[in-house]
Amino acid sequence: MTQVLLGAVSLGILWSIMTIGVYITYRILDIADLSVEGTLPLGAAVACFMITRDINPYLASFCALLAGCLAGLCTGLLHTKLKIPALLSGILTMIALYSINLRVMGAPNLSILRMETVFRPLARAGMSNSAAIITVGGVCALLLIGILYWFFGTELGSAIRATGNNQRMVRAQGINTDTMKILGLVISNGLVGLSGALIAQSQSFADVQMGTGSIVIGLASLIIGEVLFGGKSFFRRLVALILGAVVYRLIIALVLELGMNPNDLKLFTAITVALALWLPQGRELLRTFRKLLAKEGN
Amino acid sequence: MLYIKDLTKVFNPGTVNEKTALTGLSLHLAPGDFVTVIGGNGAGKSTLLNSVAGVFPVDGGQVTLDGQDITRLSEHRRARYLGRVFQDPMMGTAADMNIEENLALAYRRGQRRTLKWGVSAAERAQYKDLLHELDLGLEKRLTDKVGLLSGGQRQALTLLMATLKAPKLLLLDEHTAALDPKTAAKVLALTQKLVEENHLTTLMVTHNMHDAIRLGKKTGGALDNDRLLLS
Repeated sequence: MTQVLLGAVSLGILWSIMTIGVYITYRILDIADLSVEGTLPLGAAVACFMITRDINPYLASFCALLAGCLAGLCTGLLHTKLKIPALLSGILTMIALYSINLRVMGAPNLSILRMETVFRPLARAGMSNSAAIITVGGVCALLLIGILYWFFGTELGSAIRATGNNQRMVRAQGINTDTMKILGLVISNGLVGLSGALIAQSQSFADVQMGTGSIVIGLASLIIGEVLFGGKSFFRRLVALILGAVVYRLIIALVLELGMNPNDLKLFTAITVALALWLPQGRELLRTFRKLLAKEGN
Repeated sequence: MLYIKDLTKVFNPGTVNEKTALTGLSLHLAPGDFVTVIGGNGAGKSTLLNSVAGVFPVDGGQVTLDGQDITRLSEHRRARYLGRVFQDPMMGTAADMNIEENLALAYRRGQRRTLKWGVSAAERAQYKDLLHELDLGLEKRLTDKVGLLSGGQRQALTLLMATLKAPKLLLLDEHTAALDPKTAAKVLALTQKLVEENHLTTLMVTHNMHDAIRLGKKTGGALDNDRLLLS
Protein backbone atom coordinates (compact mmCIF):
# COMPACT_ATOMS: atom_id res chain seq x y z
CA MET A 1 0.00 0.00 0.00
CA THR A 2 2.80 2.43 0.93
CA GLN A 3 4.40 1.59 -2.40
CA VAL A 4 1.17 2.44 -4.21
CA LEU A 5 0.80 5.72 -2.34
CA LEU A 6 4.40 6.74 -2.94
CA GLY A 7 4.01 5.87 -6.62
CA ALA A 8 0.88 8.03 -6.82
CA VAL A 9 2.55 10.97 -5.09
CA SER A 10 5.61 10.80 -7.35
CA LEU A 11 3.48 10.60 -10.47
CA GLY A 12 1.35 13.48 -9.21
CA ILE A 13 4.38 15.67 -8.69
CA LEU A 14 5.66 15.06 -12.22
CA TRP A 15 2.20 15.76 -13.66
CA SER A 16 1.88 18.89 -11.51
CA ILE A 17 4.39 20.63 -13.80
CA MET A 18 2.02 19.92 -16.68
CA THR A 19 -0.88 21.18 -14.55
CA ILE A 20 0.93 24.48 -14.02
CA GLY A 21 1.24 24.75 -17.79
CA VAL A 22 -2.48 24.14 -18.22
CA TYR A 23 -3.18 26.74 -15.53
CA ILE A 24 -1.25 29.39 -17.50
CA THR A 25 -3.38 28.93 -20.60
CA TYR A 26 -6.72 27.95 -19.10
CA ARG A 27 -6.85 30.32 -16.15
CA ILE A 28 -4.44 33.14 -16.91
CA LEU A 29 -4.89 33.50 -20.67
CA ASP A 30 -8.45 32.13 -20.73
CA ILE A 31 -7.59 29.80 -23.62
CA ALA A 32 -8.33 26.06 -23.65
CA ASP A 33 -5.11 24.90 -25.28
CA LEU A 34 -5.28 21.35 -26.61
CA SER A 35 -1.76 21.35 -28.04
CA VAL A 36 -0.58 20.00 -24.68
CA GLU A 37 -1.86 16.56 -25.75
CA GLY A 38 0.88 16.60 -28.36
CA THR A 39 3.43 18.55 -26.35
CA LEU A 40 3.55 16.06 -23.47
CA PRO A 41 4.65 13.14 -25.69
CA LEU A 42 6.86 15.55 -27.64
CA GLY A 43 8.81 16.36 -24.48
CA ALA A 44 8.97 12.65 -23.68
CA ALA A 45 10.11 11.76 -27.20
CA VAL A 46 12.80 14.44 -27.35
CA ALA A 47 14.19 13.51 -23.93
CA CYS A 48 14.20 9.77 -24.62
CA PHE A 49 15.71 10.19 -28.05
CA MET A 50 18.56 12.25 -26.63
CA ILE A 51 19.09 9.89 -23.71
CA THR A 52 19.40 6.93 -26.09
CA ARG A 53 22.16 8.96 -27.77
CA ASP A 54 23.99 9.19 -24.41
CA ILE A 55 23.27 12.85 -23.98
CA ASN A 56 23.11 14.16 -20.42
CA PRO A 57 19.53 13.68 -19.13
CA TYR A 58 19.41 17.19 -17.63
CA LEU A 59 20.32 18.67 -20.99
CA ALA A 60 17.82 16.31 -22.64
CA SER A 61 15.06 17.50 -20.27
CA PHE A 62 15.93 21.10 -21.00
CA CYS A 63 15.74 20.44 -24.73
CA ALA A 64 12.32 18.83 -24.15
CA LEU A 65 11.25 22.09 -22.53
CA LEU A 66 12.50 24.05 -25.53
CA ALA A 67 10.69 21.69 -27.91
CA GLY A 68 7.52 22.31 -25.95
CA CYS A 69 8.08 26.06 -26.26
CA LEU A 70 8.35 25.68 -30.04
CA ALA A 71 5.06 23.76 -30.13
CA GLY A 72 3.45 26.56 -28.11
CA LEU A 73 4.87 29.11 -30.52
CA CYS A 74 3.27 27.18 -33.36
CA THR A 75 -0.16 27.24 -31.70
CA GLY A 76 0.29 30.91 -30.87
CA LEU A 77 1.15 31.85 -34.44
CA LEU A 78 -1.77 29.85 -35.84
CA HIS A 79 -4.10 31.61 -33.42
CA THR A 80 -2.84 35.19 -33.67
CA LYS A 81 -1.39 35.51 -37.17
CA LEU A 82 -3.76 33.21 -39.10
CA LYS A 83 -6.68 34.16 -36.80
CA ILE A 84 -7.68 30.52 -36.29
CA PRO A 85 -9.75 30.08 -33.10
CA ALA A 86 -7.58 29.08 -30.13
CA LEU A 87 -9.25 25.72 -29.63
CA LEU A 88 -8.75 24.74 -33.26
CA SER A 89 -5.15 26.04 -33.31
CA GLY A 90 -4.39 23.74 -30.40
CA ILE A 91 -6.01 20.77 -32.11
CA LEU A 92 -4.01 21.42 -35.29
CA THR A 93 -0.74 21.54 -33.37
CA MET A 94 -1.71 18.41 -31.46
CA ILE A 95 -2.40 16.47 -34.67
CA ALA A 96 0.75 17.75 -36.34
CA LEU A 97 2.80 16.75 -33.31
CA TYR A 98 1.53 13.17 -33.54
CA SER A 99 3.48 12.75 -36.78
CA ILE A 100 6.44 14.70 -35.45
CA ASN A 101 6.60 12.58 -32.31
CA LEU A 102 6.66 9.40 -34.43
CA ARG A 103 9.48 10.94 -36.46
CA VAL A 104 11.48 11.87 -33.38
CA MET A 105 11.20 8.42 -31.84
CA GLY A 106 11.29 6.50 -35.12
CA ALA A 107 8.65 4.19 -33.65
CA PRO A 108 5.41 4.45 -31.63
CA ASN A 109 7.47 4.10 -28.45
CA LEU A 110 11.02 4.37 -27.27
CA SER A 111 12.51 2.60 -24.26
CA ILE A 112 15.33 4.02 -22.13
CA LEU A 113 15.33 1.09 -19.72
CA ARG A 114 18.56 0.91 -17.66
CA MET A 115 19.82 4.13 -19.21
CA GLU A 116 20.79 7.28 -17.34
CA THR A 117 17.94 9.57 -16.17
CA VAL A 118 17.68 12.66 -13.99
CA PHE A 119 16.50 10.39 -11.17
CA ARG A 120 19.34 7.87 -11.35
CA PRO A 121 22.01 9.76 -9.35
CA LEU A 122 19.75 9.88 -6.29
CA ALA A 123 18.70 6.26 -6.76
CA ARG A 124 22.35 5.24 -6.93
CA ALA A 125 22.92 7.12 -3.67
CA GLY A 126 20.54 4.68 -2.06
CA MET A 127 17.16 6.32 -2.42
CA SER A 128 14.16 4.31 -3.52
CA ASN A 129 12.89 5.01 -7.00
CA SER A 130 9.77 6.83 -5.78
CA ALA A 131 11.73 8.88 -3.28
CA ALA A 132 14.18 9.96 -5.98
CA ILE A 133 11.32 10.99 -8.27
CA ILE A 134 9.57 12.88 -5.48
CA THR A 135 12.77 14.70 -4.58
CA VAL A 136 13.84 15.69 -8.09
CA GLY A 137 10.26 16.40 -9.25
CA GLY A 138 9.46 18.32 -6.08
CA VAL A 139 12.55 20.51 -6.33
CA CYS A 140 11.79 21.12 -10.00
CA ALA A 141 8.13 22.02 -9.33
CA LEU A 142 8.98 24.34 -6.44
CA LEU A 143 11.68 26.04 -8.48
CA LEU A 144 9.23 26.59 -11.32
CA ILE A 145 6.63 28.00 -8.94
CA GLY A 146 9.21 30.45 -7.63
CA ILE A 147 10.16 31.55 -11.14
CA LEU A 148 6.55 31.87 -12.28
CA TYR A 149 5.56 33.78 -9.15
CA TRP A 150 8.30 36.26 -9.90
CA PHE A 151 7.58 36.39 -13.63
CA PHE A 152 3.86 37.07 -13.35
CA GLY A 153 4.62 39.91 -10.97
CA THR A 154 6.81 41.70 -13.52
CA GLU A 155 5.60 44.25 -16.06
CA LEU A 156 5.64 41.60 -18.77
CA GLY A 157 3.87 39.01 -16.62
CA SER A 158 1.23 41.56 -15.58
CA ALA A 159 0.62 42.33 -19.24
CA ILE A 160 0.02 38.62 -19.94
CA ARG A 161 -2.38 38.35 -16.99
CA ALA A 162 -4.27 41.43 -18.14
CA THR A 163 -4.52 40.00 -21.67
CA GLY A 164 -6.45 37.02 -20.32
CA ASN A 165 -8.70 39.47 -18.54
CA ASN A 166 -9.59 42.28 -20.92
CA GLN A 167 -7.89 42.43 -24.30
CA ARG A 168 -9.37 45.76 -25.32
CA MET A 169 -8.08 47.45 -22.23
CA VAL A 170 -4.65 45.90 -22.73
CA ARG A 171 -4.42 47.19 -26.30
CA ALA A 172 -5.49 50.62 -25.07
CA GLN A 173 -2.44 50.51 -22.77
CA GLY A 174 -0.19 50.00 -25.76
CA ILE A 175 0.41 46.28 -25.31
CA ASN A 176 0.38 43.89 -28.25
CA THR A 177 -2.12 41.24 -27.13
CA ASP A 178 -0.96 38.83 -29.86
CA THR A 179 2.57 38.82 -28.48
CA MET A 180 1.28 38.25 -24.95
CA LYS A 181 -0.86 35.30 -26.03
CA ILE A 182 2.04 33.73 -27.92
CA LEU A 183 4.33 34.23 -24.93
CA GLY A 184 1.81 32.60 -22.59
CA LEU A 185 1.37 29.61 -24.92
CA VAL A 186 5.15 29.23 -25.27
CA ILE A 187 5.71 29.18 -21.50
CA SER A 188 2.78 26.84 -20.92
CA ASN A 189 3.82 24.30 -23.53
CA GLY A 190 7.44 24.50 -22.40
CA LEU A 191 6.34 23.36 -18.95
CA VAL A 192 4.23 20.58 -20.45
CA GLY A 193 7.20 19.42 -22.55
CA LEU A 194 9.40 19.31 -19.45
CA SER A 195 6.71 17.41 -17.59
CA GLY A 196 6.55 14.86 -20.44
CA ALA A 197 10.33 14.45 -20.33
CA LEU A 198 10.29 13.77 -16.58
CA ILE A 199 7.34 11.38 -16.79
CA ALA A 200 9.05 9.40 -19.57
CA GLN A 201 12.26 9.15 -17.54
CA SER A 202 10.34 7.99 -14.48
CA GLN A 203 8.65 5.19 -16.43
CA SER A 204 11.69 4.51 -18.65
CA PHE A 205 9.90 4.93 -21.95
CA ALA A 206 8.14 7.43 -24.17
CA ASP A 207 4.95 6.54 -26.01
CA VAL A 208 3.21 8.45 -28.77
CA GLN A 209 -0.12 7.83 -27.02
CA MET A 210 0.89 9.11 -23.59
CA GLY A 211 -0.66 12.55 -24.18
CA THR A 212 -4.16 11.26 -24.85
CA GLY A 213 -6.52 12.80 -22.33
CA SER A 214 -3.74 14.78 -20.66
CA ILE A 215 -5.66 18.06 -20.97
CA VAL A 216 -8.50 16.52 -18.98
CA ILE A 217 -6.08 15.21 -16.36
CA GLY A 218 -4.55 18.69 -16.17
CA LEU A 219 -7.97 20.30 -15.75
CA ALA A 220 -9.03 17.75 -13.14
CA SER A 221 -5.86 18.39 -11.13
CA LEU A 222 -6.32 22.14 -11.50
CA ILE A 223 -9.91 22.08 -10.29
CA ILE A 224 -9.18 19.70 -7.41
CA GLY A 225 -6.33 21.99 -6.38
CA GLU A 226 -8.49 25.10 -6.54
CA VAL A 227 -11.40 23.58 -4.65
CA LEU A 228 -9.35 21.91 -1.90
CA PHE A 229 -6.33 24.16 -1.47
CA GLY A 230 -7.05 27.35 -3.42
CA GLY A 231 -6.62 30.76 -1.88
CA LYS A 232 -6.41 34.40 -2.72
CA SER A 233 -2.71 34.85 -3.27
CA PHE A 234 -1.09 33.84 -6.55
CA PHE A 235 1.61 31.88 -4.72
CA ARG A 236 -0.98 29.87 -2.86
CA ARG A 237 -2.81 29.11 -6.11
CA LEU A 238 0.38 27.80 -7.68
CA VAL A 239 1.10 25.56 -4.70
CA ALA A 240 -2.52 24.35 -4.86
CA LEU A 241 -1.83 23.11 -8.40
CA ILE A 242 0.90 20.76 -7.17
CA LEU A 243 -1.29 19.49 -4.36
CA GLY A 244 -4.21 19.11 -6.76
CA ALA A 245 -2.15 16.99 -9.15
CA VAL A 246 -1.01 14.78 -6.27
CA VAL A 247 -4.53 14.37 -4.89
CA TYR A 248 -5.77 13.48 -8.37
CA ARG A 249 -3.22 10.66 -8.57
CA LEU A 250 -4.11 9.50 -5.05
CA ILE A 251 -7.79 9.35 -6.03
CA ILE A 252 -6.93 7.35 -9.14
CA ALA A 253 -4.75 4.98 -7.10
CA LEU A 254 -7.58 4.60 -4.61
CA VAL A 255 -10.28 3.74 -7.15
CA LEU A 256 -7.91 1.28 -8.81
CA GLU A 257 -7.23 -0.33 -5.42
CA LEU A 258 -10.99 -0.53 -4.94
CA GLY A 259 -11.13 -2.59 -8.10
CA MET A 260 -12.08 -0.22 -10.88
CA ASN A 261 -11.24 -1.45 -14.36
CA PRO A 262 -8.23 0.66 -15.54
CA ASN A 263 -9.92 0.96 -18.93
CA ASP A 264 -12.68 3.01 -17.29
CA LEU A 265 -10.24 5.56 -15.84
CA LYS A 266 -10.57 8.16 -18.58
CA LEU A 267 -14.35 7.97 -18.44
CA PHE A 268 -14.15 8.42 -14.67
CA THR A 269 -11.85 11.43 -15.05
CA ALA A 270 -14.03 13.03 -17.74
CA ILE A 271 -17.14 12.68 -15.60
CA THR A 272 -15.33 14.12 -12.59
CA VAL A 273 -14.16 17.13 -14.58
CA ALA A 274 -17.61 17.67 -16.12
CA LEU A 275 -19.16 17.66 -12.64
CA ALA A 276 -16.48 19.98 -11.28
CA LEU A 277 -16.94 22.45 -14.13
CA TRP A 278 -20.69 22.36 -13.57
CA LEU A 279 -20.25 22.93 -9.82
CA PRO A 280 -20.69 26.75 -9.78
CA GLN A 281 -23.94 26.58 -11.79
CA GLY A 282 -25.00 23.48 -9.89
CA ARG A 283 -24.75 25.31 -6.58
CA GLU A 284 -26.94 28.06 -7.96
CA LEU A 285 -29.49 25.53 -9.17
CA LEU A 286 -29.49 23.81 -5.80
CA ARG A 287 -30.07 27.12 -4.06
CA THR A 288 -33.07 27.96 -6.25
CA PHE A 289 -34.41 24.45 -5.71
CA ARG A 290 -34.10 24.79 -1.93
CA LYS A 291 -35.89 28.15 -2.02
CA LEU A 292 -38.71 26.62 -4.02
CA LEU A 293 -38.97 23.77 -1.54
CA ALA A 294 -39.06 26.23 1.35
CA LYS A 295 -41.91 28.10 -0.34
CA GLU A 296 -43.82 24.87 -0.87
CA GLY A 297 -43.34 24.13 2.82
CA ASN A 298 -44.98 27.43 3.74
CA MET B 1 -3.03 68.66 -33.02
CA LEU B 2 -5.49 66.19 -34.45
CA TYR B 3 -6.43 66.33 -38.13
CA ILE B 4 -9.04 63.96 -39.45
CA LYS B 5 -9.39 64.20 -43.20
CA ASP B 6 -12.03 62.55 -45.40
CA LEU B 7 -12.46 59.64 -43.03
CA THR B 8 -14.55 56.83 -44.53
CA LYS B 9 -15.58 53.57 -42.94
CA VAL B 10 -17.91 50.93 -44.34
CA PHE B 11 -18.79 47.86 -42.29
CA ASN B 12 -19.42 44.50 -44.00
CA PRO B 13 -18.83 45.84 -47.50
CA GLY B 14 -20.45 43.87 -50.30
CA THR B 15 -22.93 42.08 -48.06
CA VAL B 16 -26.59 42.69 -47.25
CA ASN B 17 -25.40 44.05 -43.91
CA GLU B 18 -23.30 46.72 -45.56
CA LYS B 19 -23.35 49.84 -43.43
CA THR B 20 -21.64 53.08 -44.21
CA ALA B 21 -20.69 54.53 -40.84
CA LEU B 22 -18.59 57.49 -41.95
CA THR B 23 -18.30 59.19 -45.34
CA GLY B 24 -15.58 61.74 -45.82
CA LEU B 25 -15.62 63.09 -42.29
CA SER B 26 -13.12 65.84 -41.52
CA LEU B 27 -12.39 67.34 -38.14
CA HIS B 28 -9.64 69.43 -36.63
CA LEU B 29 -8.69 69.82 -32.99
CA ALA B 30 -6.20 72.48 -31.86
CA PRO B 31 -4.03 71.82 -28.78
CA GLY B 32 -6.11 72.18 -25.62
CA ASP B 33 -9.43 71.89 -27.44
CA PHE B 34 -12.27 70.04 -25.76
CA VAL B 35 -14.48 69.04 -28.65
CA THR B 36 -17.72 67.21 -28.15
CA VAL B 37 -19.57 65.43 -30.93
CA ILE B 38 -23.26 64.70 -30.49
CA GLY B 39 -25.29 62.16 -32.37
CA GLY B 40 -28.03 59.60 -32.02
CA ASN B 41 -27.63 55.83 -32.04
CA GLY B 42 -25.94 54.60 -35.19
CA ALA B 43 -24.77 58.06 -36.22
CA GLY B 44 -21.16 56.87 -36.29
CA LYS B 45 -19.92 58.45 -33.07
CA SER B 46 -18.17 55.36 -31.76
CA THR B 47 -16.91 54.56 -35.25
CA LEU B 48 -15.25 57.96 -35.29
CA LEU B 49 -13.47 57.37 -31.99
CA ASN B 50 -12.56 53.79 -32.82
CA SER B 51 -11.10 54.93 -36.14
CA VAL B 52 -8.90 57.42 -34.33
CA ALA B 53 -7.93 54.76 -31.79
CA GLY B 54 -7.15 52.23 -34.52
CA VAL B 55 -9.56 49.53 -33.40
CA PHE B 56 -10.16 48.67 -37.08
CA PRO B 57 -8.60 49.82 -40.35
CA VAL B 58 -10.46 52.64 -42.10
CA ASP B 59 -11.48 52.49 -45.77
CA GLY B 60 -10.32 55.97 -46.67
CA GLY B 61 -9.00 59.20 -45.29
CA GLN B 62 -6.21 60.19 -42.99
CA VAL B 63 -5.71 60.66 -39.27
CA THR B 64 -2.79 62.87 -38.26
CA LEU B 65 -1.85 63.40 -34.64
CA ASP B 66 0.71 66.05 -33.72
CA GLY B 67 2.13 65.98 -37.24
CA GLN B 68 2.41 62.21 -37.41
CA ASP B 69 0.24 60.19 -39.80
CA ILE B 70 -1.20 57.43 -37.61
CA THR B 71 -3.78 56.14 -40.09
CA ARG B 72 -2.02 52.80 -40.61
CA LEU B 73 -0.57 52.44 -37.12
CA SER B 74 -1.85 49.41 -35.16
CA GLU B 75 -4.06 49.98 -32.13
CA HIS B 76 -1.43 49.14 -29.54
CA ARG B 77 1.18 51.34 -31.21
CA ARG B 78 -0.92 54.46 -31.29
CA ALA B 79 -2.07 53.81 -27.72
CA ARG B 80 1.15 55.55 -26.70
CA TYR B 81 -0.43 58.88 -27.68
CA LEU B 82 -4.01 58.22 -26.63
CA GLY B 83 -5.96 58.04 -23.42
CA ARG B 84 -9.24 56.20 -23.80
CA VAL B 85 -12.38 55.78 -21.73
CA PHE B 86 -15.10 53.47 -23.01
CA GLN B 87 -18.86 53.55 -22.74
CA ASP B 88 -18.92 50.25 -20.83
CA PRO B 89 -17.39 50.82 -17.36
CA MET B 90 -16.19 47.18 -17.40
CA MET B 91 -14.17 47.78 -20.58
CA GLY B 92 -11.45 50.05 -19.28
CA THR B 93 -10.02 47.94 -16.48
CA ALA B 94 -8.91 44.36 -15.83
CA ALA B 95 -11.44 42.99 -13.34
CA ASP B 96 -9.31 40.17 -11.91
CA MET B 97 -6.37 42.42 -11.20
CA ASN B 98 -6.16 44.83 -8.30
CA ILE B 99 -6.32 48.61 -8.40
CA GLU B 100 -2.59 49.25 -8.23
CA GLU B 101 -1.86 46.65 -10.92
CA ASN B 102 -4.36 48.32 -13.23
CA LEU B 103 -2.82 51.73 -12.58
CA ALA B 104 0.66 50.30 -13.13
CA LEU B 105 -0.41 48.90 -16.51
CA ALA B 106 -1.64 52.36 -17.51
CA TYR B 107 1.44 54.09 -16.07
CA ARG B 108 3.56 52.20 -18.61
CA ARG B 109 1.33 52.96 -21.58
CA GLY B 110 3.34 52.87 -24.78
CA GLN B 111 6.46 51.59 -23.03
CA ARG B 112 8.19 48.28 -23.55
CA ARG B 113 7.17 45.81 -20.84
CA THR B 114 10.29 44.55 -19.13
CA LEU B 115 11.11 42.07 -16.40
CA LYS B 116 11.15 44.79 -13.78
CA TRP B 117 8.70 44.36 -10.95
CA GLY B 118 5.16 45.37 -12.01
CA VAL B 119 4.53 48.04 -9.36
CA SER B 120 7.26 50.00 -7.61
CA ALA B 121 7.00 51.43 -4.10
CA ALA B 122 7.39 55.01 -5.36
CA GLU B 123 4.51 54.51 -7.78
CA ARG B 124 2.33 53.10 -5.05
CA ALA B 125 2.68 56.30 -3.03
CA GLN B 126 1.83 58.36 -6.10
CA TYR B 127 -1.25 56.23 -6.82
CA LYS B 128 -2.41 56.69 -3.25
CA ASP B 129 -2.26 60.47 -3.62
CA LEU B 130 -4.07 60.44 -6.93
CA LEU B 131 -6.78 58.08 -5.69
CA HIS B 132 -7.18 60.23 -2.60
CA GLU B 133 -8.05 63.15 -4.88
CA LEU B 134 -10.84 61.09 -6.45
CA ASP B 135 -12.45 61.08 -3.02
CA LEU B 136 -13.94 57.61 -3.45
CA GLY B 137 -11.96 55.95 -0.68
CA LEU B 138 -10.04 53.89 -3.23
CA GLU B 139 -6.66 54.91 -1.79
CA LYS B 140 -7.26 52.41 1.03
CA ARG B 141 -8.13 49.62 -1.40
CA LEU B 142 -5.01 49.46 -3.60
CA THR B 143 -4.88 45.67 -3.44
CA ASP B 144 -8.61 45.10 -3.95
CA LYS B 145 -9.66 43.48 -7.22
CA VAL B 146 -11.16 46.02 -9.60
CA GLY B 147 -14.06 43.63 -10.21
CA LEU B 148 -15.29 44.49 -6.70
CA LEU B 149 -15.77 48.18 -7.58
CA SER B 150 -19.01 49.77 -8.76
CA GLY B 151 -19.46 50.97 -12.33
CA GLY B 152 -18.91 54.59 -11.31
CA GLN B 153 -15.77 53.76 -9.37
CA ARG B 154 -14.43 51.74 -12.26
CA GLN B 155 -15.12 54.57 -14.69
CA ALA B 156 -13.38 57.06 -12.39
CA LEU B 157 -10.43 54.68 -12.20
CA THR B 158 -10.39 54.31 -15.99
CA LEU B 159 -10.31 58.10 -16.32
CA LEU B 160 -7.39 58.27 -13.93
CA MET B 161 -5.63 55.53 -15.90
CA ALA B 162 -6.25 57.31 -19.20
CA THR B 163 -4.66 60.50 -17.89
CA LEU B 164 -1.99 58.98 -15.61
CA LYS B 165 0.56 59.37 -18.34
CA ALA B 166 -0.64 62.55 -20.06
CA PRO B 167 -1.87 61.53 -23.51
CA LYS B 168 -1.64 63.76 -26.57
CA LEU B 169 -5.33 63.14 -27.09
CA LEU B 170 -8.03 61.95 -24.73
CA LEU B 171 -10.86 59.96 -26.31
CA LEU B 172 -14.11 59.73 -24.37
CA ASP B 173 -16.67 57.36 -25.85
CA GLU B 174 -19.98 58.22 -24.15
CA HIS B 175 -18.19 57.39 -20.95
CA THR B 176 -21.06 58.40 -18.67
CA ALA B 177 -23.91 56.88 -20.69
CA ALA B 178 -24.03 53.69 -18.62
CA LEU B 179 -24.02 55.44 -15.24
CA ASP B 180 -26.89 56.73 -13.13
CA PRO B 181 -27.39 60.55 -13.28
CA LYS B 182 -25.69 61.29 -9.98
CA THR B 183 -22.64 59.14 -10.71
CA ALA B 184 -22.54 60.45 -14.27
CA ALA B 185 -22.37 64.02 -12.96
CA LYS B 186 -19.51 63.06 -10.64
CA VAL B 187 -17.56 61.36 -13.41
CA LEU B 188 -18.13 64.35 -15.71
CA ALA B 189 -16.87 66.74 -13.04
CA LEU B 190 -13.81 64.54 -12.61
CA THR B 191 -13.31 64.53 -16.38
CA GLN B 192 -13.35 68.31 -16.43
CA LYS B 193 -10.91 68.51 -13.53
CA LEU B 194 -8.41 66.05 -15.01
CA VAL B 195 -8.59 67.63 -18.45
CA GLU B 196 -7.99 71.12 -17.06
CA GLU B 197 -5.18 70.07 -14.72
CA ASN B 198 -3.32 68.26 -17.46
CA HIS B 199 -4.26 70.67 -20.28
CA LEU B 200 -5.46 67.77 -22.38
CA THR B 201 -6.79 67.89 -25.91
CA THR B 202 -10.04 65.97 -25.75
CA LEU B 203 -12.49 64.45 -28.20
CA MET B 204 -15.71 63.33 -26.56
CA VAL B 205 -18.76 61.81 -28.16
CA THR B 206 -22.08 61.74 -26.39
CA HIS B 207 -25.78 61.65 -27.13
CA ASN B 208 -26.46 64.00 -24.28
CA MET B 209 -26.91 67.49 -25.73
CA HIS B 210 -26.68 69.10 -22.30
CA ASP B 211 -23.31 67.55 -21.46
CA ALA B 212 -21.99 68.31 -24.91
CA ILE B 213 -22.71 72.00 -24.64
CA ARG B 214 -21.66 72.34 -21.03
CA LEU B 215 -18.31 70.57 -21.37
CA GLY B 216 -17.21 71.32 -24.90
CA LYS B 217 -15.12 74.45 -25.14
CA LYS B 218 -15.72 74.14 -28.84
CA THR B 219 -18.94 72.24 -28.94
CA GLY B 220 -17.85 70.44 -31.99
CA GLY B 221 -20.48 69.11 -34.22
CA ALA B 222 -23.43 66.86 -34.51
CA LEU B 223 -23.04 63.62 -36.36
CA ASP B 224 -26.03 62.63 -38.37
CA ASN B 225 -26.10 59.67 -40.71
CA ASP B 226 -22.39 59.54 -41.25
CA ARG B 227 -21.95 63.26 -41.82
CA LEU B 228 -20.71 65.92 -39.47
CA LEU B 229 -23.34 68.64 -39.61
CA LEU B 230 -21.56 71.56 -38.06
CA SER B 231 -18.05 72.08 -36.93
